[in-house]
Amino acid sequence: MIPSIRQPAAFRILWKLYVALFFVYLALPLVVVSVFAFNDSLFPSLPWKGFTLEWFFGQSRPMIGVFNERPIMRALGNSAFIAVMVSALSVAVGTSNAFLFNRYQFRFRGLLYVLLLLPLVIPGIVLGISILIFSSNVANGLEDSFGWDIAALRPGLVLVILGQFSFVATIVTLVVSARLQKFDPTLEEAALNLGATRLTAVRTITLPYLMPALVGGFIVAFLMSFENFNTTLMLVGSDAPLTIAMFDRLKEGSTPLLNAVSLVLMIGSTGLALLMILFQGRKTGG
Amino acid sequence: MTLPDLECLSLSKTFGGFTAVEDVSFAVPPSSFFSILGPSGCGKTTIMRMIAGFLDPTSGDIRIKGRSILQTPPNKRPVNMVFQHLALFPMMNVADNIGYGLRRKGVPRPEIDRRVGEVLERISLPDAGRRRVDELSGGQKQRIAIARCIVLEPDVLLLDEPLGALDLKLREHMKIELKALQAAFGTTFVYITHDQSEALVMSDQIAVMNHGKFEQVASAAELYYRPATSFVAGFVGDNNRWRGTLTRAEGDELQLTTDAGLVMTGAQHGRGLRPGDKAEIFVRPEAIRIARAAADIKGFDNRLSGKVTSTLFNGAASRVLLRPDGSHDEIQVALPQSGEFADLGRGDDVHVGWNAAQANVFPANDEAG
Amino acid sequence: MQTGARIGFILLFAPLLLWLGLLIVIPHIDLFLLSLRERIGVGEYRTSLANYIAFFGEPLYLVTFMRTAIMSVLATVLTLIIGFPVAFYIAKFAKGRAQSVLFLLCLVPFWVSELVRTFGWMILLRETGIFSELLQWSGLVDGPVEMLYNDAAMMVGLVYTSMLFMIVPLITTLESLDDSVIEAGYDLGGTGPSVLREIVIPHAMPGIVSGSIVVFMLSLGNYLTPTMLGGKDSLWFTEMIYAQFIVRFNWELGAAFGFMLLILSSLIVWAMLRLTGQTLEKTMG
Repeated sequence: MIPSIRQPAAFRILWKLYVALFFVYLALPLVVVSVFAFNDSLFPSLPWKGFTLEWFFGQSRPMIGVFNERPIMRALGNSAFIAVMVSALSVAVGTSNAFLFNRYQFRFRGLLYVLLLLPLVIPGIVLGISILIFSSNVANGLEDSFGWDIAALRPGLVLVILGQFSFVATIVTLVVSARLQKFDPTLEEAALNLGATRLTAVRTITLPYLMPALVGGFIVAFLMSFENFNTTLMLVGSDAPLTIAMFDRLKEGSTPLLNAVSLVLMIGSTGLALLMILFQGRKTGG
Repeated sequence: MTLPDLECLSLSKTFGGFTAVEDVSFAVPPSSFFSILGPSGCGKTTIMRMIAGFLDPTSGDIRIKGRSILQTPPNKRPVNMVFQHLALFPMMNVADNIGYGLRRKGVPRPEIDRRVGEVLERISLPDAGRRRVDELSGGQKQRIAIARCIVLEPDVLLLDEPLGALDLKLREHMKIELKALQAAFGTTFVYITHDQSEALVMSDQIAVMNHGKFEQVASAAELYYRPATSFVAGFVGDNNRWRGTLTRAEGDELQLTTDAGLVMTGAQHGRGLRPGDKAEIFVRPEAIRIARAAADIKGFDNRLSGKVTSTLFNGAASRVLLRPDGSHDEIQVALPQSGEFADLGRGDDVHVGWNAAQANVFPANDEAG
Repeated sequence: MQTGARIGFILLFAPLLLWLGLLIVIPHIDLFLLSLRERIGVGEYRTSLANYIAFFGEPLYLVTFMRTAIMSVLATVLTLIIGFPVAFYIAKFAKGRAQSVLFLLCLVPFWVSELVRTFGWMILLRETGIFSELLQWSGLVDGPVEMLYNDAAMMVGLVYTSMLFMIVPLITTLESLDDSVIEAGYDLGGTGPSVLREIVIPHAMPGIVSGSIVVFMLSLGNYLTPTMLGGKDSLWFTEMIYAQFIVRFNWELGAAFGFMLLILSSLIVWAMLRLTGQTLEKTMG
């Protein structure tokens, strides 16, 4: 069970074998997706017809590469835009929340904290439809009363951003709170003692201390937004982000183009995640 | 002669190229309190974990009541252990902690309740059964950890520095209580510690361990007055210690000139030292008599006069530091608290003396602490 | 409170209130109100329980609802059983560098979009997929085998998708269990199963609960995996919500479905917390 407890050799070998099998299970789907991005065939399946980079750089149909496929590139742009907006909003609100719950005692604090955690246990699709209903009610109300037609309240980029933000904000709040709790408040008092104002103390002492959590929170938010599907599905308009665009294509049948997109995504998100680990490792040590 | 409860025969353990325990043999008679005393990293925890079954010895044998237990897994050994940080189960209350081992043996429920109640009674915590582990004080946790083992009536109880985490006052108290518990239950205790006072106060027999080997196995008094090696002399109790060269040897009595030029005599207790050998001499501060007049110490083999450099007041363990005339060595002498030296101050002239039999001489040993 | 502190408080409180009010509380009240609205003519509505009566009256809806709940519980249990030995290995058996590498390897698949992961399973499992080809090549079967579009394939996908959220809290709680506590269990006569039952699992309970809650939620609310991997008769409740909103344009019934899903998930999360004596703040926060 632990190394100091002797166990039959067979048990240890079986256990290790199981762990190895588990990692094969984890890796298998990602490996096949990656490998078939290079198959010189119109279908992402066996037989292997030879190695090609056409699905990345191809110029002409049917083998048009990711980087030359306009709709995919546009969807990628949409995803990136949404993700940046969601991350920025979430980090701003999450940091504000973290300070609020760390620094102030107020009425209904406990209730609000539970409310803050709630988005984690609401199914994404329910979040999506409830925001959809609310925004349509507001939009219809404004149109009926004043004759204003506000496009932002109809399914589209703005609603997707708000929908994703509604639960990503909780996660960023938790990430930032965790680090703020470890902060030693006497450091801020020392800054005040040395002549800083309260705001300057936060800006020059507390925020730099929080920086790893802010960057980490931003990247986590970015990744979560980029791969979100359920909430987005209910709020999407004509400017579909990448996951929705890929989903629509996948329903029509798959080509190695989708493998190539997937591989690009994998490299991108793994790169981001590694960046985050490096950043955290470097900053939290000190 | 009765069979020893625990016997280790030529026990060795190596980790890669590092030898943690080297050819250690000892026997612990029934119902005795046996301690292994040594600095951290000397291998005492390794011995304990081999006896408990969490490490396999590289060679040698471990026997309980004459029977080898090397093939017995830890959960079947008639040996129980009080862990360094106690390892009480935080997810159970006190009664369930104590009853854990009995449940494993399949003892019926009413019987478990009865025996848990009994043992709680004996450790003077009769009503603690329903309490949570984290509600207990340090000393109470200690007693529960011991009760959890004792209730299984093990042949040997191992204790791995269990007092280390307690504060000083409680530690002093627990020393006495542990000894009393051991006497009351009559269980064989094997206790490991780096704190000599714990070992000296509680044990019937103490093994002093260094670099994976036993330096000496003896009673507390014997370790104190007749250390077998320079390591033991330096590790157990306070000592004045000088290095020098032997100038004369007559039977057991030796004469030595320290590197700083003092001449003194000491006993070698059959260690076979010869003139010209490099040697170390150890004299306990309390073996040295201090006097204001030279006449008061004329009966001693060694006599010196010098000036007080400082007095260190520490109640019964108070000391005087003095520098002998014509030397830059410093001697630590126990300061009697009978009142006659109450006004002793820096710069005062004093005379000190001790007998050769009280001064132990060992071959010079560079590595000894 | 001083004026400065008061202004600071208001500035920090406003974003929280706007976020929770406009994106969580009011939309869910709207969802509930809409579910109580019955369309009785063009542009004519009244308040009634008609949508809920429709839900409870139509076996297809109810069966799908129950099926989704049971399958989600099953997925949660499977994820726990499959993940626990691995988490235990990483937390207690692997040491030093191997430990951190294994931990990171567990995380890798989840930096990638769920769509990509699901796509991977489709390539593996479908009729022209890798497994089918391998079986034919090895001579075990004669013709192509379709392994996609059934409950088993869907379960594989659900477990795969949620694994991280089980493994990470498990590793965290198991790592905090001192080795000497396990050793004490053995020293006092315990065996592997009894130490696991009486010491390891009670200690890991907070991790098991928070992992299970998240996995259950993710399975219950999943749309992609049942749609892509599940078969024609493994309909998932989220698919019905989607159909009412986007295909049938019957928002009232869709809202009632959404609200039922919300009730179900809250109920099961609450029951899980209750049974194990945990709180939401402790397990999530």
